[in-house]
Amino acid sequence: MIELVIASRCIDCDRCVMVCPTNVFDAVPGGHPVIARQQDCQTCFLCELYCPADALYVGPDCERPEPVDEQTITQTDWPQQYRRDSGWGKNRQDHPNEVWYMQQMLPEALAIRASDHGNAPADLPPP
Amino acid sequence: MAGHTDLTTGVLVIGGGLAASWAALSAAQQGADVILVDKGYCGTSGVTATAGVGHWYLPPEAREAEIAARTSAGGDLTEPDWMHRTMEVAWQRLPELDPYYPWPVRDGQPVRNTSVRGPEYMRVMRARIRRAGVTVLDFHPATELLLHGDGSAAGASGIRLQAGGTWTCRASAVILATGGTAFLSRLLGANNNTADGHLMAAEAGARFSGMEFSCFYTLAAAHSTMTRSFPFMYGTYRDCDGNELAFDGPRTGLPMIAKALIRGPVTVVLDRMPQHTRDRLPHVQPNFLLPLLRKGIDPFNDPFPVTLRGEGTIRGTGGIALTGPDCQAGVEGLYAAGDVASREPIVGAASGGGQPNSAWCVASGTWSGRAAAARAAQRPHAATAAGGSVPPRDVGQRPRAAAGSASQADAGIEEIRRIVSRELNDLDKNMFRSGEGLRRSLALLDDLWTQVRPPDDGGAGVSARADGGGGVSREDAGRDALRARETAALVAAGRWVLNSAIVRQESRGMHQRSDTPARDPQFTATVRAWGLDTVLTAVEPKTERQARELCPATRAAS
Repeated sequence: MIELVIASRCIDCDRCVMVCPTNVFDAVPGGHPVIARQQDCQTCFLCELYCPADALYVGPDCERPEPVDEQTITQTDWPQQYRRDSGWGKNRQDHPNEVWYMQQMLPEALAIRASDHGNAPADLPPP
Repeated sequence: MAGHTDLTTGVLVIGGGLAASWAALSAAQQGADVILVDKGYCGTSGVTATAGVGHWYLPPEAREAEIAARTSAGGDLTEPDWMHRTMEVAWQRLPELDPYYPWPVRDGQPVRNTSVRGPEYMRVMRARIRRAGVTVLDFHPATELLLHGDGSAAGASGIRLQAGGTWTCRASAVILATGGTAFLSRLLGANNNTADGHLMAAEAGARFSGMEFSCFYTLAAAHSTMTRSFPFMYGTYRDCDGNELAFDGPRTGLPMIAKALIRGPVTVVLDRMPQHTRDRLPHVQPNFLLPLLRKGIDPFNDPFPVTLRGEGTIRGTGGIALTGPDCQAGVEGLYAAGDVASREPIVGAASGGGQPNSAWCVASGTWSGRAAAARAAQRPHAATAAGGSVPPRDVGQRPRAAAGSASQADAGIEEIRRIVSRELNDLDKNMFRSGEGLRRSLALLDDLWTQVRPPDDGGAGVSARADGGGGVSREDAGRDALRARETAALVAAGRWVLNSAIVRQESRGMHQRSDTPARDPQFTATVRAWGLDTVLTAVEPKTERQARELCPATRAAS
């Protein structure tokens, strides 16, 4: 569930208020948006993807809040992870979108299962 | 401040996901005035936005073999004509994405049968519909349809979630594209999918088909919504006694994991994923690792608990039974597109997850959008406005739960939502079904319906309550009213599912009953369900297409 609007990074653009599909945030005139309805968060992480300032943190648990402090979170790469790995914003230029590989995954996994019968993973050459 | 918006348009699209955006685009491309209203934000709403979706994108010469395979997998309930038409529209229209979406390129050609990233796809669709002139109203959930005196669709009304207050929109044609429902299973991106469109359609007189096929499940880490299944195919699974489960693939593997989950926790470690796939995983499914790494889990080395999240009618099949090739919803001027409509004609008793459902969004959005635009051209706004409109005859199915004090109502509503989610998702009730268990669940939901249906005197409607009063802010009043309405929709949809599953006394496709484990030829048939206080069902054999009314299944509210 959404846990943090990181005050030291937030630029008050209110994009999170605009894009959250379950309307979790409220805009605050002259201030940072606030998490007004945490219980409505569906843990879809899309607010992080849209945040241009890496100023949001969604916790991993979808059923209950797990309070965290800003200091701890800003020392990780978690707030920027989804946006970076999706190639949004400044990451756009050098991002390899390999979503096409999804189609290889099921056949690859089943082939490995058929061959190794529970032993160490076979490191097949990339297709 | 009036706290109310009055709108008039040619085509009103209700919903903001993949099908809604294709429908709005298609109507606007025909020259219609289009308003799209969504509960959330068109771009992040719906189950496509969080996923990676492929389409049924097959050249003409490959379609017969695909249809044969799907017909068999779907238990002979599909209709080849609908499958052909769906594939053809996807084939024609997906190239429209070329200027906006970076397909992978092979031999100099874009590879369009590959997966499309959901967030980017929906971002593209939002930009396209706005460029086409569609008015997009985010955070404007619809709560009820408006009908003309002759029963045809006249528009809808709803709530302004962020601004507070209400809205009304008169329209020449209405397209429902509100998605399927997973009955609050915490399926990724599906919390808003509470069957709102199903309830509105039922109040206007629509019927449903295939609702019994709502028992497909997807793996996720137990603490997580992340129902992205492919990485799990590399997993080693252990039951609560530490014994390895002989997982050989999803078809037999998922029921095996489900049985183990009923006994106790099941763990997985994705140790069979080769290094080259681990390395590229963040660029294949950028959201998959988020909830794992943040929990301190190294999924390739640390076993972690898994769960199976119900897909309801999303990767299930059921929905509004369409009554014509243009996606008419059984009500004049009302159309249905995407997962809110039954996909039984294209996938039968098997899941349409992945390619068919996405192609269906493109195709049903296209057909409904064009038909709605044609209707709007024939019946311009003036005629709509002059004809007047009334809420549907059963409007009254507005829930009364919010009538009491806010805190009392909330407690009741939350408990009802919890029960519906449990009865429609628990593995021992819904994946492994039995007549007895289904009837027990139905008795519970019939009782819940008497709590969420309106009082006999009509009571105060959602619209009235959404205007606020009595110390409740307009915004809070609107959210309370919406939540009550969603809850009624979930109960109603659950009762169509359970009644349909009870009537189908056999096992076919995903619908597996321990008391009727064999397939029965007399059920090579469509099960239809409809009604609110009294739910009715009919079995319509595929051969004669004549509804044979079986029984008034329940009389919950007598």
